Amino acid sequence: MELFQTILDILVSAAFWTAVLRIATPYILGTLGELLCERAGVLNLGIEGIMTMGAMAGWMAVYQGADLWTGVLVAALCGGLMGLLHATLTVPLGLSQHVAGIGVTLLGTSLSYFVYRLVLPQASTPPTIEPFQPLALPGALAQTPMTYLALILVAVVAYVLYRTPVGLAVRMVGENPAAAEAQGLSVTAVRIGAVVAGSALMALAGAFLTLSAFNAFFFNMVNGRGWICIALVVFASWRPGKALLGAVLFAAFDALQLRLQQVAGGVLPYQLFLMMPYLLSILALVLVARRASYPRALMIPYRKGER
Amino acid sequence: MRLEPREHTPLAARLLAPVAAVAAALALCALLVAWTGAPVLRAYGLLLEGAAGSRFALTETLTRATPLILTGLAAAVAFRAKLWNIGAEGQLYMGALAAVVLGGGMLDLPTWLLLPTVMMAGAAAGGATLLGPAVLKVRFGVDEVVTTLLLNFIVLLLVSMLLEGALKDPMGMGWPQSAPVVEAAELPKLVERTRLHTGLLVALGLSALLWLIDTRTIWGYENRAVGANPRAAAFAGMPVTRVMLRTALLSGGLAGLAGVIEVCGLKGYLTLDLSPGFGYSGIVVAMLAQLHPVGVVGAAVFIAGIFVGADAMSRAMPVPNYIADVLVATSLLCMLVAGLLTRYRLRRG
Repeated sequence: MELFQTILDILVSAAFWTAVLRIATPYILGTLGELLCERAGVLNLGIEGIMTMGAMAGWMAVYQGADLWTGVLVAALCGGLMGLLHATLTVPLGLSQHVAGIGVTLLGTSLSYFVYRLVLPQASTPPTIEPFQPLALPGALAQTPMTYLALILVAVVAYVLYRTPVGLAVRMVGENPAAAEAQGLSVTAVRIGAVVAGSALMALAGAFLTLSAFNAFFFNMVNGRGWICIALVVFASWRPGKALLGAVLFAAFDALQLRLQQVAGGVLPYQLFLMMPYLLSILALVLVARRASYPRALMIPYRKGER
Repeated sequence: MRLEPREHTPLAARLLAPVAAVAAALALCALLVAWTGAPVLRAYGLLLEGAAGSRFALTETLTRATPLILTGLAAAVAFRAKLWNIGAEGQLYMGALAAVVLGGGMLDLPTWLLLPTVMMAGAAAGGATLLGPAVLKVRFGVDEVVTTLLLNFIVLLLVSMLLEGALKDPMGMGWPQSAPVVEAAELPKLVERTRLHTGLLVALGLSALLWLIDTRTIWGYENRAVGANPRAAAFAGMPVTRVMLRTALLSGGLAGLAGVIEVCGLKGYLTLDLSPGFGYSGIVVAMLAQLHPVGVVGAAVFIAGIFVGADAMSRAMPVPNYIADVLVATSLLCMLVAGLLTRYRLRRG
């Protein structure tokens, strides 16, 4: 009963919902990016590395003197480039999307660490930048501009996917590439475009961590967030609106476990609380797996004239 | 330009593919080394020297290769059956956990009994860790890539919890580490006054054994058939689900064994930095070996050499040792392309 009261107190506080939106932002951006790739039929396991790359590149640009929005742009560009690499391997070459994605993650992560160490060889305490500040708005609305950007992007992606010819093309190459080809679309071009755009969004998720949530780059700072995004895409049945809902729901649980950790600290080991997000993701996957409607051509490479 | 399937892949092409991939990776990473301002040839020279230039360097490389052979086999076995086990890292830690629990003085047995017991337990722990995602896959259709990846984080948190709690070494000066395993649970050294231990022989033996199973038994035949085409295998009356679960136990077991061998052969106790990503590097090892159990040995020694050599190189030059991870990742991507070129040829038009 006491626990129930504690949870209730947490849930009605404005500070809690401010935290929820903040925690949700990288998940919103990452899930949106992965969703775009998968809607076009390409699984992008490079997400974890691309997020790391975005976090490092965006931070590094600002550290070198660029302003914050230039940093965001640099991150998106780097993410797009990594996406181009993944797309080249998996779309025209038709290589295993699993293994290519793992390769992109390994490359993105190691390259980020390499560059960071090269520029800052002796940084024992990570140098900091002046990050985005929350807007002066009341209650849970006091978010940094990147959170608002993420929310706008949900609407943009949803609009493009369902209301424009480009979106129709993306969904078509993910469902039935042969039919798309018959309509005169280039399956290769559409898929590459979707993966590049999706990867740029993933990099924004990473950049949020170093330019908004924190003010420095740490090793292992992405910490599995990319993998959770992949689970969230399945949970959202590949729909942007549901992805937003899933990310916020997930962030609410995450914020709740953080608060409970403070309340119940000392009684239960903190690691149990930290496990919750990962366990929750697995549980969500199990719950929706039966009725998940995968894009039909997900993970199936398309070669003209081959079936 | 288009890709046209080859009818036959010459053996020479299969053998040449990893060599070409590694050469391409070295060439690409030379750009990064040049960017740091270090002389490229000298840097690669130091890397080679650090990996194989002396008796000490060689034993260090082989010590590093031992767990990589096992995680490489774990990935190869699973990928062959199209079971995407990306969770070898977590399975390795579960094996290591079993090793420090059973080998930490709980069982008072002589070495010849204790070591096999600990190894079996570690393999069982690793296998059980992968069995969960495998059951979710065959029973509920849950994608195993995400579940195995997420389990890595869960296992690491579990290990962290135990190292700060029940398994914490009271003599550990407050560090989160387990008590060391008893002497009877230590793997004997292979070469005196080096770190090389008999775990290497275990790994080599398993690689040979897996190759025999693969080529000489019905088990191996079923595994390959299910990997090549599960529906055709089911139609031919093969127990696809059972093959999947069997593969999961085997793959997870191999990764778990890697953890046991790192603890009992090298470290003696368990910390949170037992594995510098052996589970993930194992995937690269398996791909470079084209999922061949014997090829895994060569690939593991190569990857280990890169890591050991890069450490030596970065001590002498202002090149961060993360160059090793970049090289390994680039090798994986180049290997994918090289593998494709053994199966397809480029045609104009």
